[in-house]
Amino acid sequence: MADTGQQHPISVYFWIWALLFVFSAASYMVDYLAFQGYTRWTLIIIFMMLKAGFIVAIFMHMRWERVALITAILVPPGALLVLVGLMAMESDYTWLTRVVHFGADPAPVPLPPPSH
Amino acid sequence: MAEATGLRNLQLVNDWADDVAVFRGVPWGKAMMWIFLLSDTFIFTCFLTSYMTVRMTTAEPWPNPSEVFALEAFGVPVPLLLIAIMTFILITSSGTMAMAVNMGYRRKRVPAALLMLVTAVFGAMFVGMQMFEWTKLIVDEGVRPWGNPMGAAQFGSAFFMITGFHGLHVSAGVVYLIIVAVRVWRGRYEEKGYDIIEITGLYWHFVDLVWVFIFAFFYLW
Repeated sequence: MADTGQQHPISVYFWIWALLFVFSAASYMVDYLAFQGYTRWTLIIIFMMLKAGFIVAIFMHMRWERVALITAILVPPGALLVLVGLMAMESDYTWLTRVVHFGADPAPVPLPPPSH
Repeated sequence: MAEATGLRNLQLVNDWADDVAVFRGVPWGKAMMWIFLLSDTFIFTCFLTSYMTVRMTTAEPWPNPSEVFALEAFGVPVPLLLIAIMTFILITSSGTMAMAVNMGYRRKRVPAALLMLVTAVFGAMFVGMQMFEWTKLIVDEGVRPWGNPMGAAQFGSAFFMITGFHGLHVSAGVVYLIIVAVRVWRGRYEEKGYDIIEITGLYWHFVDLVWVFIFAFFYLW
């Protein structure tokens, strides 16, 4: 039987491989250079999405698949974004309740060092 | 009716409406692997969402991962050094896996098998480094699933659960890779074709994909 699979020029993979290294180095630099706040979070998300996108599109061959498979795999995770949104809203409320009822402990009691 | 609205011209609608297999030209095993990976996506996202929830709701400070996972190199603490090395190892292994898939479809079975074994070696290195990381955290830093000296108690449970489940996937992937590589080497797929390497590759790239999210949300956030 002839192979029905994905065959693409090897140079495509080398390009993406190199790009993944660059994006990983860039996201590591975000921590190394100690960016904080919104700059940090924006950069982390951008590099993460770029890496994830290239892995799925090229290494996992998603961009060469038929629309039927692409939608069947990539649409359902949208439900997860709803879950994340709901839990984020709920978390704000829980945190507020905890602070109001227990008060934020400014100096938590550290555990004793491990005995071994 | 689909015809009346012109929807019939859409490939997507045709694929689902016609009386044949929906995923045309996609080997059965590959479609099943994708569906398994979709379910795995849900599991990992549930873990990461729980982590987000406990981190957002705790009134205690969250331990700073940049400091917790720092390693001394030449007497200077470098933030996330080991994690960065682990990230690069996993990306390298993803590259060798992509090469193996390519070699398989070119019907070069020995290079394909060798590249898969190289991928497995990188995977084993990753797991080894993770063991080192866990040991350091448990023995030296005193991190436990129920508490730690640095801050919020939930840090330990989230960390061990998420990285543990990911490490389990890497370990299973190493075994899977070795089994398929040996079969490829022996020429078992000469007649059937080399879709199997692409399917194994999908699993391996997924493991790398999950690490991208863990790296961003757990270590960098």
